[in-house]
Amino acid sequence: MSPLSRLLRRPEAVAGAIILALLFAMALFASLLFPGDPQAIAGPALLPPFQDWSLPLGTDRLGRDVLAEVFHGARTSLAVGLAAAAASLLIGAVVGTLAGFAGGLVDEVLMRTTDAFQTVPSFLLALAFVSIVGPSLGIVVAAIALGAWTGPARVARAEVLSIRERDYVAGARVIGMHPLAIAFREVLPNALPPVLALSSVIVAAAILTEAALSFLGLGDPNRVTWGGMIAEGRTVLRTAPFLSIVPGIALVLTVLGVYLAGEGVVETTAVRRSLS
Amino acid sequence: MSLLAVRDLTKRYRRGGKTIAAVDGVSFAIEPGETLALAGPSGSGKSTIARLVLRLIEPDAGSVQFEGDDFLALSGTALRSKRARLQMVFQDPLSAFNPRATVARALDDPLRIHAIASSAERPARIAALLERVGLAADLAPRAIHEISGGQRQRVAIARAIATNPSLIVLDEAVSALDVSVRGQILELLLDLQARERIAYLFISHDLGVVRAIAHRLVLLDTGRIAESGDARAVIDAPQSAIGKALVAAAPRLNRIRP
Repeated sequence: MSPLSRLLRRPEAVAGAIILALLFAMALFASLLFPGDPQAIAGPALLPPFQDWSLPLGTDRLGRDVLAEVFHGARTSLAVGLAAAAASLLIGAVVGTLAGFAGGLVDEVLMRTTDAFQTVPSFLLALAFVSIVGPSLGIVVAAIALGAWTGPARVARAEVLSIRERDYVAGARVIGMHPLAIAFREVLPNALPPVLALSSVIVAAAILTEAALSFLGLGDPNRVTWGGMIAEGRTVLRTAPFLSIVPGIALVLTVLGVYLAGEGVVETTAVRRSLS
Repeated sequence: MSLLAVRDLTKRYRRGGKTIAAVDGVSFAIEPGETLALAGPSGSGKSTIARLVLRLIEPDAGSVQFEGDDFLALSGTALRSKRARLQMVFQDPLSAFNPRATVARALDDPLRIHAIASSAERPARIAALLERVGLAADLAPRAIHEISGGQRQRVAIARAIATNPSLIVLDEAVSALDVSVRGQILELLLDLQARERIAYLFISHDLGVVRAIAHRLVLLDTGRIAESGDARAVIDAPQSAIGKALVAAAPRLNRIRP
């Protein structure tokens, strides 16, 4: 049975995959369905949902189309979530591989640095970083990655410690391969599966961190974000709760979808590994 | 001058406050084109000696002269380029290869690292290497885990001879193979030695195999040399207690070497 068909037999994985597919479609077609600036005024202010079918989810305090904002917000959330997770997995895998493979002083320095980053709550770290450097999409990605790379680094190091004792690593030394080539060509690719298993958790956490930063006004001001929408809606929470509820639901569904799909992939590959 | 001269090689390990010598003052030499067997029971230090000679681990004392160079003094680039002349074949051919490797990649690595052939020439070189160890050239694109154990060990030998070594360390290289395949691999090793004058450091606990392939034999017991000499003379009339015990334990000593 192929991994794909095994994946499709898990209802929770299928649900997660469908949610993710819808999100990607929203992000891809946002500018086709809602051309122009989503932050432009589209109608009367504070129009409730399902009143005017040209503005199905109503408008916010400034008369902006909520549905358009949700679609464009999906872009930011996915872009930041995926980029931050990719960056933290990359940094973590490289740091963990170097620490585990080199050992000795290099290991000590890298792992104590990892400890230092782990002691500071990652959200505070991101908050401090963005408030010093200034909010833009790239900075937000970097700020989130800064707090998220320690987990992958630890997992990668543990895996590398066991792999570096295998015969094929000794074999690579015997044929005269350079230590860095051994670390990144022979060891790292075989240490990756458990590190990649962390990716769904990291993507979900990154999306939430981005929303939280935006909620505090530290997101990229030129982009619509779900966190920013919730913050906007908070001021009129009693009169127009839908302004906070709609992006809130989008956020919950996204994190749920990422998590379910990620878990499904991890579970099916774990089955394949134990069978082989 | 000997190809490999090992003098007073010592390696100690610390176990719970006590220091145990895994290898204790071992000396031996290998001449070009010769097979020296290291035999002994489990824990006698034979695999440790292999790893010391290959600089996979560092000794606590002693010297290793290889092709006239002080092998223990080499480091960095000089060590890596010298490694071309001193190769190894492992016991388990499956764990000796990167699980993601194909046959072609396993053979491409030594050719690339030691700049033996340009990238355009390498596919032909790989095919030639496969033929030298009695494999079909169309095996190259296959994954290592797809081919049989005997084929895998032939690929390991092809990888070892890719850099034209003068000495190959064979660490229990035929112990994990079934009997018929073992005979074929021994034939291949003898054949390569006859054609290319490669010396072998042959590590085994099986005196039947040692008798079939080795010229000289060093018997080890708890990290020290118990007995050494002509392989057949030692096996036919062992003097040491460990030699007598090992010969008594060997079921049948079949002869391949003429």
